[in-house]
Amino acid sequence: MSLAAIARTLLLAAGLAGLAGFASADSRVPKPTIQADPANGTCVAPAAEMRRNHMDMLKHQRDKTLREGERGAKVSLNGCISCHAGKQSGSVVGSRQEFCESCHAYAAVKLDCFECHQPKAGAQVAKTAGGER
Amino acid sequence: MSDKEQKPLPGRRALLSGGAAALGLLVAPGIRLIEVAGASTTASPKVRWGLLVDTTRCTPECKACVNACNAENHLSGATAPTDSQWLRKVELKDKRTGRTASVPVMCQHCAKPACVDVCPTGASFKRADGIVLVDRHACIGCRYCMMACPYKARSFVHAEVHDQNPEVPRGKGCVEGCNLCVHRVDKGQLPTCVEACPNQAMLFGDLNDPNSALSQRLRTIATTQVRADLGLDTGVRYHGI
Ligand code: HEC
Ligand code: HEC
Ligand code: HEC
Repeated sequence: MSLAAIARTLLLAAGLAGLAGFASADSRVPKPTIQADPANGTCVAPAAEMRRNHMDMLKHQRDKTLREGERGAKVSLNGCISCHAGKQSGSVVGSRQEFCESCHAYAAVKLDCFECHQPKAGAQVAKTAGGER
Repeated sequence: MSDKEQKPLPGRRALLSGGAAALGLLVAPGIRLIEVAGASTTASPKVRWGLLVDTTRCTPECKACVNACNAENHLSGATAPTDSQWLRKVELKDKRTGRTASVPVMCQHCAKPACVDVCPTGASFKRADGIVLVDRHACIGCRYCMMACPYKARSFVHAEVHDQNPEVPRGKGCVEGCNLCVHRVDKGQLPTCVEACPNQAMLFGDLNDPNSALSQRLRTIATTQVRADLGLDTGVRYHGI
């Protein structure tokens, strides 16, 4: 385990403990795989808020973006993907190692988002499909 | 008209994302971005985006606009009834005179869109700036809009889709169609068909702004709306048909 990974695990455990007051470092609750590089900036909201509210944030902003044409907002699905895509796969779904699925598999949440939305970060797709310019 | 007019200026994105303080900033003549605030934009009811297609500059063998549309939106380019076509070339012939015209047809972005009237879920809607879209989060795939559209401008996605453009999500079970490259227009870019046309046969701009290159051109040459008799008030106008 790399230093960064250990630090992350500790951070996460501390976060969960703070949130729910039950988790400890050897908790049996699996932790999400977070590969987002903090160097790219912090999440759009504190982790505790993200865990609880990310679905509402996404659905709220989705309507704003699509119906009102509000672009460049803090919350965006493509934004989540650009930070949270796995380092190897470049994707947020596809296996339990990928960010969005790491939680959802455990919580039995099934998303249909990626039937339409590209789950890979922009640059990765441009390379293979060449549609982005 | 100078055709170079509608070429986007270099650095328009830098201007945008730099949060250019200038409101009503002229990104390119006729393309006015109102309400540029910080890095975010909003569709403005003051604007009505439209297109003028000059079919006298359009040749039957050229498919540059169609190819560009397919590439941008990651459409297969196949033309079977079950394949998505957002933009297609239609060959017209006057049987009496033999005159022909090659006409690119896409969603006409009507002011009174029939597709919006018939949609049972509100998925078909018109943005404040006149762009007619399908909100696929609300689309149930009933295809009433496809029946209602006199321009056959919409397609139904019959099979699973992979390798989407991240900016253009699309998937099975929903109706889709030309979105006037809303993801590009919101960034101050031109629709990809307009940019790709080697003969500058397409002009994009604000129908509401009397000074836009588009409005000026509409003032000086004869143009038609396809099936104007239906009173839908299309945002796409044609010259030479
Ligand atoms: C049937 C296709 C489809 C499905 C399924 C779908 N979307 Fe979308 N979504 C779209 C389209 C099309 C857009 C418009 C893209 C644009 O104009 O930028 C969009 C835009 C968005 C946006 C605004 C753009 C962005 O990157 O932030 C958000 C947020 C969003 N969708 C969230 C979701 C979420 C969350 C789900 C799953 C619960 C989902 N969508 C499922 C088709 C779909
Ligand atoms: C600028 C990069 C960036 C963006 C954009 C971003 N995140 Fe994050 N996110 C992070 C980082 C880094 C962390 C880990 C930091 C921490 O634990 O405080 C994180 C943590 C999270 C967590 C908490 C995980 C946990 O249990 O500790 C969730 C949930 C989350 N993000 C979801 C999202 C969603 C959904 C979006 C899109 C709306 C998004 N993120 C956008 C960088 C980003
Ligand atoms: C920290 C764990 C965690 C992470 C990481 C996470 N989610 Fe979730 N997500 C959940 C949980 C738990 C639920 C279900 C909440 C409920 O039942 O109300 C959920 C629900 C959702 C929903 C609503 C689903 C529905 O059917 O209404 C969406 C949309 C969603 N997540 C999107 C995402 C996206 C996109 C990502 C990756 C960028 C992500 N989530 C990452 C835990 C997570």
